[in-house]
Amino acid sequence: MRAASQPLLSRVADSIYWMGRYIERAENVARFLGVNQNLMLDLPREYGGQWEPIVDTSGDRAIFHEHYGAGTEENVVQFLAFDLRNRNSICSCVLAARENARSVRETISSEMWEQINSLYLLVMEESRKPVEVLPEFCHQVRMACHLFQGVTDVTMSHNEAWHFIRLGTTLERADKTTRMLDVKYFILLPAVADVGTPYDDIQWAAVLKSVSGFEMYRKRYGRISPERIVEFLLLDGEFPRAVRHCIGLADQSLHAITGTPAGAFSCVSEQRIGLLRSELDYAQSEAVIKSGLHEFFDALEAKMNRIDECILGDFFVQSFATAQGSRTAP
Amino acid sequence: MQFSSYDTQGFYDEMFEGSGRPRAHARLLLETVESLSQGQLLRYKHAAERLLLQMGITFNVYGDAAGTERIFPFDLIPRIVPAGEWDRIERGLQQRVRVLNAFIDDIYHDQKILKDGTIPSDVVLSAVSYRKQCQGLNPPRRVWCHITGTDLVRDRDGQYYVLEDNLRVPSGVSYVLENREVLKRIFPAVFEGLSVRPVAEYPSRLLEMLESIAPGGRANPCVVMLTPGIHNSAYFEHSFLAQQMGVRLVEGRDLVANDRGVFMRTTKGPERVDVIYRRIDDDFLDPEAFRPDSLLGVPGLMAAYQAGRVALANAPGNGVADDKVIYAYVPEMIRYYEGDDAILPNVPTYLCWRDSDRSYVLEHLAELVVKSANESGGYGMLVGPHSTRKQQEEFAAKIQANPRNFIAQPTLGLSRVPTIVDENFEGRHVDLRPYILCGKEIYVLPGGLTRVAMTKGSLVVNSSQGGGSKDTWVLERGPAQEQTGGAGGQQQ
Repeated sequence: MRAASQPLLSRVADSIYWMGRYIERAENVARFLGVNQNLMLDLPREYGGQWEPIVDTSGDRAIFHEHYGAGTEENVVQFLAFDLRNRNSICSCVLAARENARSVRETISSEMWEQINSLYLLVMEESRKPVEVLPEFCHQVRMACHLFQGVTDVTMSHNEAWHFIRLGTTLERADKTTRMLDVKYFILLPAVADVGTPYDDIQWAAVLKSVSGFEMYRKRYGRISPERIVEFLLLDGEFPRAVRHCIGLADQSLHAITGTPAGAFSCVSEQRIGLLRSELDYAQSEAVIKSGLHEFFDALEAKMNRIDECILGDFFVQSFATAQGSRTAP
Repeated sequence: MQFSSYDTQGFYDEMFEGSGRPRAHARLLLETVESLSQGQLLRYKHAAERLLLQMGITFNVYGDAAGTERIFPFDLIPRIVPAGEWDRIERGLQQRVRVLNAFIDDIYHDQKILKDGTIPSDVVLSAVSYRKQCQGLNPPRRVWCHITGTDLVRDRDGQYYVLEDNLRVPSGVSYVLENREVLKRIFPAVFEGLSVRPVAEYPSRLLEMLESIAPGGRANPCVVMLTPGIHNSAYFEHSFLAQQMGVRLVEGRDLVANDRGVFMRTTKGPERVDVIYRRIDDDFLDPEAFRPDSLLGVPGLMAAYQAGRVALANAPGNGVADDKVIYAYVPEMIRYYEGDDAILPNVPTYLCWRDSDRSYVLEHLAELVVKSANESGGYGMLVGPHSTRKQQEEFAAKIQANPRNFIAQPTLGLSRVPTIVDENFEGRHVDLRPYILCGKEIYVLPGGLTRVAMTKGSLVVNSSQGGGSKDTWVLERGPAQEQTGGAGGQQQ
């Protein structure tokens, strides 16, 4: 008989889940920043200054206004890339990911640790000087995060710990795609006058690029249309950043962790993620748009937040815990 | 870079018999280094530093808020121990660990050695590290010192001396393994033509030893490593060893102890733990048994241990033999328990509780090294020749206030090894910390950690005091080594 694999310590599961989430978050913020700058260079002046909306994609508008005045490029870049007072800045995310990795260093592979450490050294180095070339910095951060995820895939057994990383990563990814769509859709939609102008096309293409989806969308649908974009980013089953795809993977990982067969559930988090998955599996984009997209996004975010809380209760905090240490939370 | 201008300055040098005269075992290595093109060695040095930083092989410095993580300086020129010298070190360490185990077991049982008057009992029973709670305990296999990191030094005469036994929670072995990996990766050519004994088997040996002490000889025991957490200065080592052994690294808050045993909180509920390699000092291990303010430990752990539900390595209470006053009696212990002389001698030690020793020490503070009985890491000591008048007076007052707590030793002219300093080689003082595992048998890792006092003239090698390290090579026995042969050349 083969030896059963060792169950994870709750503390380790917690840290490794957040390590996955923070790396994914850093990558998303870097991508949003990079794509936005690219877009701003293409748009005429009167369209310019669309920097503040990307602060909304991480939901930190209040903290931003507390510390900065206008939503200028300089302010937003500083806030989202380097400001340690913003716990969702690239720097903060990388620091938190590394701190979590450090506390589970014996669980992850050496290659993963080295890669997360290189990313940390890169970000620390860049944060000490004024940003010279933002796109290059964003690109380096993104590639370093991708490399970490790739290294994770090929150097670590796809065991319970790996599934906790994937659970954190996919939930974070689904959350970011949802927020991006929510914010952008309502900025772009009212500009009816622009429909059919080149700028309309460029802006919607930027939405797709913000989630690395432009090329894959083209292959699937060809012409750009807001409805198809919603369908693609929300409900596609194959595109890695589509919400439905992410929730599907998260659901699989949760089942791998508990050992419960697909379609059944053994804890609240499993039940809730299963419900969300089937909702997305059987949703139709026309119906979603008709019934109110913003309401749908809001409800989706609330469900994902609830799932995160349930994972905490089901796996990270044990009922016989007496003194639980602080959690490195979002 | 060449060794032509290298000056041994009258110290015992591990690589040179005298300026310009390399030792036989070092010749090949020195030739390889000299054959490098201009600037190559320094490029290797920088590459090694980058690699260490990228690998995150760092330690935390207490009380240093900015940049709390630092790399441990690593010098590329290895220190070589010829096979003959090593054989004697190995036998000496095995003898010492065997006897220290016998001593500790005796102290916590019948105290024969005290009753026979070989060691004064008030010296032993007054040691801060003596634990009443351990009286009558029978740890598995009667082993108390599972992992030992003995500090050896060499004086001007080339003789090896034991400086400290480090029985409690010795650290540094991860640097031995990682230094070797880094050197192999950065400068593989340096190994050419030499048979260096590998060190990579240490984690397997450690795991095997830990499994062998499971309570009741349980098969497939659950072994874990207990760390104080990521802020501990040796955290890198804790995570590294846990990773290399494939065991889980736990913190106190992950464990629960009760009358059935010790359990860890996992995602699948509580899981029994059989063996704990603990890297937490006795004082912090269990707030119910030791310091009540400890937040790092596990309440009830000692009770579970005393009930034989779980094994601890190292055994609590073993620090009694680590007390620097009791250290002075190890040669007597060896005679008492085994009827032999110590293979590795102690450094001559003055015990300040003895009136005659104390007056000698107080008169010669400027020449001696004074240490308090229970500090380590280079803290709480006075290096006479490098001290000010004021420091000497402070120590004199401390000694008079608490003579039991102080010892003094002559200032040794520690041996040196060529070390890269700026763009040259200069001699730097070193010590050697071999690692010894004791379970079914006593295993000594070939080599150990060579610590280097990187500051010119300094004798303090501790990492917390700016020390660095070198890879340590024990050579396989071969024709080149036979020439230098025997037990370290000119000794005895």
